[in-house]
Amino acid sequence: MTNIHAIVPALLANVTKSYGDNVIALRDVSLDIHPGELNALLGPNGAGKTTAVKLLLGLAAPTSGIARVFNADPRDAANRARTGAMLQVARVPETLRVREHVKLFSTYYPDPLPFEQVVAAAGLSGIESKKFGDLSGGQKQRVLFALAICGNPDLLILDEPTVGLDVEARRGMWTQIRSFVAKGKSILLTTHYLEEADALADRVVVIDRGRIIAEGSPAEIKARAAGKRIRVRTRLSLDEVRALPFVASASNGGGTIEITTTSSDEVLRALMARDTSLADIEITSAGLEDAFLALTAR
Amino acid sequence: MRTLKTHLIEAKYEFLKLFRLPAYVIPTLAFPMMFYMLFGIGLGKQKISASVTMAKYLLATYGTFGVIAAALFGFGVSVAGERGQGWLELKRTTPMPITAYFFAKMVMSMIFSAIIVTGLLVLGSVAGAGVPLTEALPLMGVLLLGSITFCAMGLAVGYFAGPNSAAAIVNIIYLPMSFLSGLWIPIFVLPRAIQKLAYVLPPFHFSQIALNTIGAGRGGSMLPHVIAMIIFTILFLAIAYAGYRRDEGKMYG
Repeated sequence: MTNIHAIVPALLANVTKSYGDNVIALRDVSLDIHPGELNALLGPNGAGKTTAVKLLLGLAAPTSGIARVFNADPRDAANRARTGAMLQVARVPETLRVREHVKLFSTYYPDPLPFEQVVAAAGLSGIESKKFGDLSGGQKQRVLFALAICGNPDLLILDEPTVGLDVEARRGMWTQIRSFVAKGKSILLTTHYLEEADALADRVVVIDRGRIIAEGSPAEIKARAAGKRIRVRTRLSLDEVRALPFVASASNGGGTIEITTTSSDEVLRALMARDTSLADIEITSAGLEDAFLALTAR
Repeated sequence: MRTLKTHLIEAKYEFLKLFRLPAYVIPTLAFPMMFYMLFGIGLGKQKISASVTMAKYLLATYGTFGVIAAALFGFGVSVAGERGQGWLELKRTTPMPITAYFFAKMVMSMIFSAIIVTGLLVLGSVAGAGVPLTEALPLMGVLLLGSITFCAMGLAVGYFAGPNSAAAIVNIIYLPMSFLSGLWIPIFVLPRAIQKLAYVLPPFHFSQIALNTIGAGRGGSMLPHVIAMIIFTILFLAIAYAGYRRDEGKMYG
């Protein structure tokens, strides 16, 4: 295990990726996957998450900068054998059975996991003989997860593994992912669900419009964004409140104004100074959702 | 050793995948046999020459027609779909050799071709156009070998067509090309202008070689037809390679 962890499983160093002349998907991004941890790349749609994944899988080359997997080119045959990937595939061949899909992908790898182990790890028991086209959305995602892990990879890259799943199916997928982390594997997971990053990740990297804007443990990310929510009754208009320093966002809520802020003290002082009739003050810790909004505030 | 195994298993599942897909199986297997029953058996008694009946002649041309469909649809439509819908990309993240992917589709197309030709031979013998084994085997061999040209053509289409337009594009190429090459009704029945045009169409050369194996050809050397087939194959592979490079370049470059 230690020798695997001595080198960084995957990294991007000062990577810029542009498509054509106008679209810049990533701007000077540096990112490294901590070994043996679940790293979440968190960001809204179009932030550049999938581009980062493609660079690390050798499906795209950086316009400038370096992408490395286990200290080598991501396209190296050895790297392809040590990396498993779950991508957003629009259509998987529907006439093959679950068992057949898994067995086919297993033949690609030099040292695959035993079939029964893959079935158990991906939660496919009982549906091995079903055709892919007959599966539910959650089951389909689990098959794609099985294809990602069947080669017993040291690095697992999951691009939005729970997108489009209902709550129950999402939690099921979390269980599968957690059990894989427990084996000491390095994982990069992209998501735009904060709850998912919070529930799964050892480490969160927040990306927005092609730039990395925050990095740390889920708790640190929450702290970084401070994340306090203030509700007050005030004579000030919404625009006046928004103009105050430290206000990340503000919205109307039935005669009161709701404010998300990185410093509740500063905001309250400023409000009091401008509105002596300030009333019904209520301060709560913001959820990760608010922290995320604060971090990616435009 | 493992690479060889990967190629074979890939081929097995490629075949199963399409064999379970009615949208592929029904048109590719049923159309050539249906057409052959209508024309080959309907007009079968007509004599084309002293020794060749229409039923026998059309056995070769509908065999050509059938294997072209297996190759064009098997490659063109499936490559376009798997490229456009992210499936090929997922496979590219694995250590799968890309040759296994193409090999599998070629084997699949040849198996379907063999089924089509066998079916036509059986129908032919029912229609009184039974050909001896000494002609049937070379016919089968030529049709399977020649289908490689159309695998290459399908690959070229598959690398440039979108996942939703590929089937339509293949049909637009395949049906007129087959008719103008004399696969539906014999080339010598068609107007002279079309007979001349046919020289630039690969199925024409293919069918001439196929006809020759059962003694229904016009005679003469097969070499020009073989050379034409080879040139077409190289041309289609070059187009496909350009598409492959473009794809990799879009991803890598």
